[in-house]
Amino acid sequence: MRSKGDSILLQVITPIMRAIEIPMLGLQRLLGINHLAWVFLLPNLLLFGLFAFFPVILNVSYAVTGGANVLLVDRPHVGAQNFAQLLDCANYLDPNSCREDKFWRAVWNTTWFVTLQVGIMVAFSLLTAIVLNREIRARGFFRAVFFFPVLLSPVVVALIWKWILQREGVLNAFLDWTGVGGYNWLVDADWAFGWSVFLSVWAHMGFYTLILLAGLQAIPRDVYEAATMDRASAWRVFRRITLPLLSPTMLVVLVLALIKGVQTFDEVYAFTGGGPGTATTFIIQYIYEEGFAGAPRLFGLAAAASLLVAGVLVVLTLVQLWLNRRSANG
Amino acid sequence: MTHLKLFGTTALALTLAAPAMAQEIRFMCYSDGNECEVYDDVLSRFEAANPGVDVIVDVVPYQAILENLPVQLAAGSGPDMAKVTDLGGLSQYYLDLAPHVDRAYWEAAFGDTLGWYRGAAGGNAINGMHSQLTITGAFVNATLFEQAGVAMPAADASWDDWAAAARAVAAATDTPFPMAIDRTGHRFAGPAISYGAAIVAEDGTPTLSDEGFAAFTAQFVEWNNDGTMARDVWAGQGGATYQDAAQEFINGELVFYYSGSWQVGRMDSQVGDLFDWRVVGSPCGPVGVCSGMPGGAGIVGFAQTQHPETVAAVIDFLAQEDIYAEVTARTRNLPAHLGVAAAGVDFEGASPAAAAALSAFAADLADVSPAAFRYQGYANNRAMFGITAERVSQAIVGELSVEDAVARMASDLEAALAAVK
Repeated sequence: MRSKGDSILLQVITPIMRAIEIPMLGLQRLLGINHLAWVFLLPNLLLFGLFAFFPVILNVSYAVTGGANVLLVDRPHVGAQNFAQLLDCANYLDPNSCREDKFWRAVWNTTWFVTLQVGIMVAFSLLTAIVLNREIRARGFFRAVFFFPVLLSPVVVALIWKWILQREGVLNAFLDWTGVGGYNWLVDADWAFGWSVFLSVWAHMGFYTLILLAGLQAIPRDVYEAATMDRASAWRVFRRITLPLLSPTMLVVLVLALIKGVQTFDEVYAFTGGGPGTATTFIIQYIYEEGFAGAPRLFGLAAAASLLVAGVLVVLTLVQLWLNRRSANG
Repeated sequence: MTHLKLFGTTALALTLAAPAMAQEIRFMCYSDGNECEVYDDVLSRFEAANPGVDVIVDVVPYQAILENLPVQLAAGSGPDMAKVTDLGGLSQYYLDLAPHVDRAYWEAAFGDTLGWYRGAAGGNAINGMHSQLTITGAFVNATLFEQAGVAMPAADASWDDWAAAARAVAAATDTPFPMAIDRTGHRFAGPAISYGAAIVAEDGTPTLSDEGFAAFTAQFVEWNNDGTMARDVWAGQGGATYQDAAQEFINGELVFYYSGSWQVGRMDSQVGDLFDWRVVGSPCGPVGVCSGMPGGAGIVGFAQTQHPETVAAVIDFLAQEDIYAEVTARTRNLPAHLGVAAAGVDFEGASPAAAAALSAFAADLADVSPAAFRYQGYANNRAMFGITAERVSQAIVGELSVEDAVARMASDLEAALAAVK
């Protein structure tokens, strides 16, 4: 039985469908039924080509050109010179031995940042999701509290924490009041890096908590009930039931967090500017500074660096997908 | 038929009138104080005298002038005119005003500063009007000196003398920072030249690694590490990001602040009678040079404009002596217009402290080294400013030794010059 709303919708859609039917029948006769699918895919392919594929081609084109001109036609072809410049290193573990030392400092900073940030964030997100999945008081309120920072703009997040941590910030005022004495957190390289990790975890944890919470709620209750009847310990339930059944969701969280971690830029840039020195300069900031902020603007070097980052991200994603497939196949 | 005739006549009239109709001129402007506001005001007189011309002053942050404007110009989507500080670096985009203005007047009024806008290409084009002449120099908190009972060093005192005095004052008055220099290669250059750096040799060869430059780098790093300099300013940022210490000085937390004449308005309005402040110019280095860096901003038109004559007319209007003098007085800047400078400027609403500060800066112009003028006019100076800020900061935080930082500055400069070749 159709509702009144359905019948109105039908009245609107039917003439449109009839109007489309005529040219589609013509196309079907012209192309054949098998090729007609391409007609339906064409709008999406065009959009994908314009906004995803074309920029990649453009990026590759810039990466093999040099100079400081913006227009490709004005840029000399240099082949792999930009890649060679980035990879010219006596010892990759020591940025000072590299020709493009700032690139390698950014690479290592990013590696450490991603390792710490993803590790800490996933662990805390999982813990928080497990707690929020239980029947606790004011559960809805706490879910909102943990998700709230995700809604903030990265620049707002950075400014909030800058006001708290700067020399005359809230934290130092509190420490002075307690008699402990303040500290210039953002001028000390190690502390600035540590606070950047903290800020990033604080800002993004809510998002991953939400995904893990959805994953936890998708685990059938009867599995837990069976475990309870078998008197399995809480740790055993977590290790043998929760973790294995949550692993597909965990993989999604890991891949997303990893990619997002490597792309970290705006909040840390607004927080520390990449300093002190290059202590919190990550790879995207390096690309931005070489390509857009510095003088001269080295678009080729920036494009080459961004392709290297893209390559690393593709490899990491493929490895993770392979691991997941392997674990799914037992 | 009557309707058709009417329609046809109207269409023809609109077509013929189109070029004479509103010419919209977009002026990208940033302010150190109130410059854009004053330009907007005086340009309303130009608009009144030139019906159909609409000059829109787009006020943007300084960072947009540094970072966005060059990309817009390269992409052919820049404004018609702008207030810029990378005078020589953007010269390839400038509109030559010469065909539209009185060359003799401009050459008499702006003299050598016209050359700063010609970049590496040289020639005799008139590319821009130097709207505010600046010079770097030091502001000192005279009240802190008085409270500490420390005598202020004499006019020909060295950087070492000032460092010792500032440390003594800070210690006696429990002030957090004895000294600070703005985080930019431009401000760093004045003292570096005073320490013997050539930076841009007479034959135009640039260097950031000669003995004088290395000597001041070592001294500056040492001062940052022993607490003489406010470490927050250079170590608290990454990349080539600009950072000043004006707020620390205004808050009374800083004894000696090396910045420039453009800060006078801000000091005047924000320090008020909280304490007495004074401009002492640029201290001397061990080689006997006591140089600051000249600089400033100028108004330029861009060759990609659709209305070159109108843009030239707008800039020419601003360059007229009476208008220039009014803008200078209202914005409390040093004039680059030689006629206005010779006649003297009665700075509007300036306190005695601000007037004295501007006079002190103006007097200090005589001490500016030719090397400093060469550096200011050098087309690739922005690249050199950025390299200095980045590498010196790395030396301060310990990522590089002073020797390595100087070596990196040399190789960075070589790479930058190769890229713009």
